[in-house]
Amino acid sequence: MKKHLLSINDLTAADALEILNTARELAKISDGPVKKLPTLRGRTVVNLFFEDSTRTRISFESAAKRLSADVINFSAKGSSVSKGESLKDTAQTLQAMGADAVVIRHGASGAAQRLADSGWISASVINAGDGTHEHPTQALLDAYTIRSRFPEFRESFDGLKVGIVGDILHSRVARSNVLLLTKLGAHVTLIAPPTLIPVGVTDWKVDVSYNLDSIINSVDVLMVLRVQSERMADSFFPSEREYSRGYGLDLARLNSLKENAIVMHPGPMNRGLEISAESADSHKSVVLAQVSNGVLVRMAVLYQLLGGAALAGEVSV
Amino acid sequence: MQFTIGNARMLDGQIVDVVINGEVISEIGNGLKVGEVIDVKKNLLIPALVDLHTHLREPGREDSETVATGSAAAVKGGYTAISAMANTFPVADTAGVVEQVYRLGQEAGLCDVFPIGAVTQGLKGEALAELGAMANSKAKVRIFSDDGKCVSDPMLMRRALEYVKIFNGIIAQHAQDPALTVGSQMNEGIVSARLGLTGWPAVAEEAIIARDILLAEHVGSRLHICHLTTAGGVDLVRFAKSRGISVTAEVTPHHLLLTDELVQNYDPIFKVNPPLRTEKDVIALRKGLADGTIDIVGTDHAPHPTEDKDCEWQSAAFGMVGLETALSVVVKAMIESKLMSWSDLVDRMSITPAKIAGYSKHGNQIVKGSQANLTIIDTDKTWIVDRNRLSSKSKNTPFDGMKLPSQVIHTFLNGKQVLNDGLIVNGGSN
Repeated sequence: MKKHLLSINDLTAADALEILNTARELAKISDGPVKKLPTLRGRTVVNLFFEDSTRTRISFESAAKRLSADVINFSAKGSSVSKGESLKDTAQTLQAMGADAVVIRHGASGAAQRLADSGWISASVINAGDGTHEHPTQALLDAYTIRSRFPEFRESFDGLKVGIVGDILHSRVARSNVLLLTKLGAHVTLIAPPTLIPVGVTDWKVDVSYNLDSIINSVDVLMVLRVQSERMADSFFPSEREYSRGYGLDLARLNSLKENAIVMHPGPMNRGLEISAESADSHKSVVLAQVSNGVLVRMAVLYQLLGGAALAGEVSV
Repeated sequence: MQFTIGNARMLDGQIVDVVINGEVISEIGNGLKVGEVIDVKKNLLIPALVDLHTHLREPGREDSETVATGSAAAVKGGYTAISAMANTFPVADTAGVVEQVYRLGQEAGLCDVFPIGAVTQGLKGEALAELGAMANSKAKVRIFSDDGKCVSDPMLMRRALEYVKIFNGIIAQHAQDPALTVGSQMNEGIVSARLGLTGWPAVAEEAIIARDILLAEHVGSRLHICHLTTAGGVDLVRFAKSRGISVTAEVTPHHLLLTDELVQNYDPIFKVNPPLRTEKDVIALRKGLADGTIDIVGTDHAPHPTEDKDCEWQSAAFGMVGLETALSVVVKAMIESKLMSWSDLVDRMSITPAKIAGYSKHGNQIVKGSQANLTIIDTDKTWIVDRNRLSSKSKNTPFDGMKLPSQVIHTFLNGKQVLNDGLIVNGGSN
């Protein structure tokens, strides 16, 4: 695996499976009496968050702490960043403080890659969401969740049908998932009004549908994306109600899903807009499993990037 | 003062000696040795280049470029006439500012700096600037442009086109529909979809070109389209010319060579307005320049200080410096690809731009009696661009480290040598 995790494109299918397998090993330990491993003792992980995202930050923080790393949380609000400090100066400050890994969440697409490429720091960079580009650990935790629900797809997603419904154009979760799920062999269909599909989607290895009802009964996984209400102001769709009628996962649509199909959502959910309360709370929903799997997958990523000792040795401790 | 440029190779391959007397060419022939003889060793002699699209940043942003440093960059690139865009601080929308820029150019004394006036007050797109006052000033402004911003209000654009007929002026449009490019970061297409950067559709440029062509036809005025970047735009200009509409068009060197694939690593050195487009567009632009649909090459030299590029893509400034690399990039894109000859290049980079702008002392054929604005080029030499060796105060070149063909050796402004063997001649003042 490379030094950084900036995009799913940094991973081969084998790399991705190795992370998922590592996460599974870590899950076994997490189920035991002592949840904490000494693997990253003495290493410093910085959570550099230019956008508010409590859940992603907490997930990375618990992952790092369970591996015994020191964690520094650096959020843009109330820091020098809000006083106009550049990304470069912030990065160099963290470097001077001896960060081994920087987990970055930033509103600008490509910010993580800039941090990694620019020579400003020597730490490993983990992309925790950059603008409307990618969110690779979200895709990894989604793949982990799918694997744990569908044992028949453990080694490959060949034959698995995934629908991703919502604001594809602005979604970093969709971009990372399209790359990872297709890399692992899944068949992905994107479902959204045409205004929320990128013009350049023709290059993606996916099908596109404007009609959720026409494919809902054929998917094994339905991934519902958050729709931000400000999109309505920009006329991406006429009204929340019209969006909800066409693309929201309501009870009727939930019932037309296959018996063993699962419903995923990266959170936070807009209940009543893209997903109804019944759907969010149904037995098909794996939203909470996604959250707990997020910690495991992020542990696995930190473990692999920061090159901990052999896992088998750790387990026997 | 008289001197001789000896052993110069003309475009037709003839080797001649050219005698300069004062500001003009007094004799062309063989065996001439009047005054000091500068032996140019059979290198190519052409009329010096003329740029209609230069950002010099003075007044206001002297940290990125001044009229003097921009003039030095121009001379190193083989230019003796450049046209300073109006988006300075304050904006060049009054006679006072354009006269200041003109005077700074004269004081620098390396090339002629012709100010371009703003079309609208403060580039705000709301009300016409005093176009007549700028035209009648010492700077004698003839080209007006809100470049950097589009004159998007169709009525205001119509009025501007009509009004400049008083003094045979021309409106140079930055074609970019603002409503279609809110927050746009790069060409909208396959690469923007992958990178998650807000797209800048070709139609945002083409819709304005189409509208303005029709406006120019309706009021019978001269329209110049700045930095064309799309295949569709080339088709529209071709259509306009076939209808006899008085439209001219420009392409930048970087749009003739680079594509949006270069954005893939989010390095803002490739962030430019209008954005880099696709290979299909580049091919159409090259064809358009070769067949004359696109009349000229304009550099859109746009200096920015390091901190404006040493950041994440979204925060970075749009623009690239280009004066010092323009000739070599055009040679690479157009001559090495056998689409154009050197004569064509001289037409697109010197003769036609001077004609469009009315810079009568520049862009003239090399004959007895012509103003001696000349450039000597070593067409066999290749060189590697080194951003730290640019004369421009800003170093934001996308060509850093690239090996390019042809190098400018000497430049003469009004009979005076301002570039000698690649070095600026000190104390060069008019």
